[in-house]
Amino acid sequence: MSLSNVFAISGSALTAQSARLNTTASNLANADSIVGADGKPYRSKQVVFKAVPMGEQGAAVGSMGVRVSQVVESAAPMRQVYDPSNPAADEKGMVSMPNVNVVEEMVNMISASRSYQNNVEVMNTAKALMQKTLTIGQ
Amino acid sequence: MIDRLDSELSTIRTAMNLRAYRQEVLASNIANADTPQYKARDFDFATTLGNVMAGKGGGALQMNQTSMRHIQGEPGAPYNADLKYRSEYQGAVDGNTVNMDIERADFAENALQFETLITVVRTRLGDLRTALQATS
Repeated sequence: MSLSNVFAISGSALTAQSARLNTTASNLANADSIVGADGKPYRSKQVVFKAVPMGEQGAAVGSMGVRVSQVVESAAPMRQVYDPSNPAADEKGMVSMPNVNVVEEMVNMISASRSYQNNVEVMNTAKALMQKTLTIGQ
Repeated sequence: MIDRLDSELSTIRTAMNLRAYRQEVLASNIANADTPQYKARDFDFATTLGNVMAGKGGGALQMNQTSMRHIQGEPGAPYNADLKYRSEYQGAVDGNTVNMDIERADFAENALQFETLITVVRTRLGDLRTALQATS
């Protein structure tokens, strides 16, 4: 049944996009976290999407869902801020701040929420079509 | 009698299956709008339906197997629909070729065509019912 595969495909996209939204949220929340869990400044994280075959019976060609294949940490250099009064400052008075680019994260957030909306709408259309199909013969 | 009813509806049934499959392909394109290296795919509905009705399959080439042990190629699409890659409209650095406007427009159009087929099927069934009642 092809139309119910649409739910699996769009559902996987919803999961992936909300994972992306989650990382964006944690990046923004930790934009000023000088000390992370490992004692070093927080590093910006990004999700990597991967297309995976979806649907029952060996997956027909062309029906691809999305999965978060990995979460990578940004290798960008830490933001250096001059703040001698900070306890984390080095001998020159510089503090290593997280390498989170707030503007980039905001753009990421808008893009993720738009993609989420798109997939919700796809699901709604598929649902409407299925309901209409059920009325055949009435 | 039943086989005549079946042949009456088989064209619409094939068309609906193809429309549902196309809906799935387009949903995949929309779902993978942010996936790096994903290439948007689609197939030509009219050609595929024409080929299926003419008994030629959907038009995609199949690998010839002369022995049981030969491996099969790609798992085929339903009705052997000839899935093609969309030509790129505006290149992206991550290699993704999904153009959301095109996909959304095609998705909406395909949904409408599917609903049209449902209406046609309902009308056809109503006609058949009328015919059956007239003879009893």
